[in-house]
Amino acid sequence: MNRADLDLDALARLARLALSPEEKATFARQLAELLGHIERLSSVDVSGVEPSAHAHPQHNVWQEDTPRPGLPPVAALRNAPAQRDQMIAVPKVVE
Amino acid sequence: MTAATTPLHYLSLADAAAALAARRISSAELTEAVIARAEAVEPRLRAFLSADPASARAQAQASDARRAAGGGLGPLDGIPIGLKDVIAVRDQPLTAGSRMLEKFVSPYDATVTGRLRDAGAVLYGRHNCDEFAMGSSTENSAFHPTGNPWALDRVPGGSSGGSAAALAAGEALATLGSDTGGSIRQPAALCGVVGLKPTYGRVSRYGLVAYASSLDQIGPFGRTVEDVALVLQAIAGHDERDSTSVGAPAEEFAAALAAPSVPRRLGLPREYFGEGLDPEVAAAVEQAVSHYRELGCEVREVSLPHTAYCLDTYYVLATAEASSNLARYDGIRYGHRCAEPRDLHDLYFRSRAEGFGAEVKRRIILGTYVLSSGYYDAYYLKAQKVRTLVRRDFLRAFAQVDALLTPTSPIPAFQRGEKADPLAMYLCDIYTIGANLAGLPAMSVPCGFTRAGLPVGFQLIGKPLGESELLAIGHAYDRVHQWGRRHPNL
Repeated sequence: MNRADLDLDALARLARLALSPEEKATFARQLAELLGHIERLSSVDVSGVEPSAHAHPQHNVWQEDTPRPGLPPVAALRNAPAQRDQMIAVPKVVE
Repeated sequence: MTAATTPLHYLSLADAAAALAARRISSAELTEAVIARAEAVEPRLRAFLSADPASARAQAQASDARRAAGGGLGPLDGIPIGLKDVIAVRDQPLTAGSRMLEKFVSPYDATVTGRLRDAGAVLYGRHNCDEFAMGSSTENSAFHPTGNPWALDRVPGGSSGGSAAALAAGEALATLGSDTGGSIRQPAALCGVVGLKPTYGRVSRYGLVAYASSLDQIGPFGRTVEDVALVLQAIAGHDERDSTSVGAPAEEFAAALAAPSVPRRLGLPREYFGEGLDPEVAAAVEQAVSHYRELGCEVREVSLPHTAYCLDTYYVLATAEASSNLARYDGIRYGHRCAEPRDLHDLYFRSRAEGFGAEVKRRIILGTYVLSSGYYDAYYLKAQKVRTLVRRDFLRAFAQVDALLTPTSPIPAFQRGEKADPLAMYLCDIYTIGANLAGLPAMSVPCGFTRAGLPVGFQLIGKPLGESELLAIGHAYDRVHQWGRRHPNL
């Protein structure tokens, strides 16, 4: 089963994910099957029903604006894949 | 087996706490027994991703020193407890079962980790799980599968399979897992231990590797309902570092079990006993229902009409949230970075392709699809509305009954590799997802074994913030049957 609207190249681009041709073929087939299942939702009457982002009603949560210690640079950089002079090193972005 | 003849590593937490308090055993002895047990079974079971025995021994000595000085911290002081490897422990690895975080060392403690430390627990071991907690068998771990202690060629369930297996095998006295669609309750059922998913917001998620933030919740595994209550007592409560943490004061969950048991009204949702339920699971659950009837509970059938849509709702919402949450793994600040990226785009695309496994990629792509322009209303918004209906179903049922009783998993532990098709695997969670969508507390309690010797559990689903009542109802069965105290021949 395949779906015309399932453009794996476009989805992979949006998700910043390189997919092999084999992965694309497998996912296209599997996602078409899953979406076929999920489409049963379209039969549910939700007229007048509010969406729930959370299980419980959530309101804005405020916190006192008080300074407190954070991670020191060495600890914050401990897991950086590349670093130099206490900064994270990345490929050149601007030509 | 009585407490006196039970090997130390198989004691219930409550029995061990009593023995520690009476100075019949030391935390050093208890911790050494657990470490020795782990060394004996790990080559076959593989429930751990990492462990630091030296740290555990030091924590045990500190606990014994506190008690010797007359300053024991309570029932968890000196008890070896293991954590699913999605919960941060300072200066220890935190992989979430993923190559993406293979070399990650946590710079801080999760709130639950800090609370266990404050209670004196001996933190020992980080357990295997499906990658980023996505799965129902622990086969999606990037590192290795974990066996079921009752049948090593079968899965322990998932995603917190390592935490359930480690407890069932005597490699901890209690463990913590996380549950987004059933990831504590299903492995608890498949491994023959108790597992509780608290009300959403009851336990802080600060320091939990995020999968689907509106559904994720940390909770305990224990050999008995009482043990689970003791651990929940330590980890529950408001935390300002998690904005979804509920403000409700922590209750005396363990004390609630001592209250006299009164007849309660239990509901059996008819949608949870239909097609696909294994007959041996159904029979074991029916025996648990009979037990409650004998206790004087009023048992009645109820209906949760939107049950058939829970799985679809879940896979829209959870994958949407996952695709957003996992965008943070970009190869820049932490996590895997590909070798010699050509440019920034190449770095993003290849780091993520190399770091994530197949199930994680599948869910990111599905989540990206349901959130993408043109499909958002049809899938994501629609699912959020159906979620409202699912929650209403539960609240309507709770007007008639105090708790719902269902099977936890439609089937007992299955063979490794048996569910290669994603949809077949997703159907494992069909009875557990509803409580996540509705944010309700739910617990799996062991209720027997199949003829082949595989554990079966039943699920109790309670009202929002109704953990005390839920634990009391579970205890009314568990204190008599105590299936979680049985041990596998491993």
